[in-house]
Amino acid sequence: MTIPLEHALLLSTALFAIGVVGVFLRRNVITVFMCIELMLNAVNLAFVGFSRATGNLDGQILVFFVMTVAAAEAAVGLAIVIALRRQKDTLDLDAFSSLRW
Amino acid sequence: MAALEQLLRLVLSEAFLFYVFSGLAVASALGVVLQSNPVHSAFSLIVTFCSLSAIYGLLGAPFIAVLQIIVYAGAIMVLFLFVLMLLNVKREAPRAGRALAAAALLLGLLFAVQVGTTLSGPGLTPAAGYDASTQAFARQLFSPRFVYVFEATSILILAALVGAVVVAKKEP
Repeated sequence: MTIPLEHALLLSTALFAIGVVGVFLRRNVITVFMCIELMLNAVNLAFVGFSRATGNLDGQILVFFVMTVAAAEAAVGLAIVIALRRQKDTLDLDAFSSLRW
Repeated sequence: MAALEQLLRLVLSEAFLFYVFSGLAVASALGVVLQSNPVHSAFSLIVTFCSLSAIYGLLGAPFIAVLQIIVYAGAIMVLFLFVLMLLNVKREAPRAGRALAAAALLLGLLFAVQVGTTLSGPGLTPAAGYDASTQAFARQLFSPRFVYVFEATSILILAALVGAVVVAKKEP
């Protein structure tokens, strides 16, 4: 018995929704960042599922590039977090509003 | 004895393992969002990444499964935990608001619509003769279609490296 694509897509949607909820609900910069990684992973799962359903490897290649970009993003993002912490001595998202008008 | 053999076959079947790891992934993803200590969130996220790796393996993508462990559970999560330890992050106070509740309700509604349309769709079965071995993957990745993109990512990573050092550096 093989795994239907629908179930992989449902898992992907569920993980993405959990990630979005985390971005909305959490106040800590690093936790919000982790929720973004969760959303990237959910999309990767959809890519792998469709790659198998269509018999085309392009989806997996795209996952490879998403992972590369995610690694670069994590490095730059965490450097920004360190710089923010040096400015304000807190990681609460509500404290960083100087670009808001 | 036959019943035991049947049970073993069920437990080791692809579909059963897929649902076990799916449940684990969703439960640990909820752990990421619901725990107030960021270090616990990070450990939950590692469990999510590892179960997703198992799911990639079950979906016939062995190279992606290994990359998931090495890049996500290895490199990225070590970076996260390193920064968490470096900055000594405290627990955060919970926040609740009417707008957030409305947003959560809207997302839940969208999710329900997605579940409905997915389950009532025509359904896609795995394609026959799908070769996703590391060899086939590499042949595709280094074909003229993707090799320039692959080389471009090296510039991206170099830029990210320099950018991270410049941003995190102490002001003189």
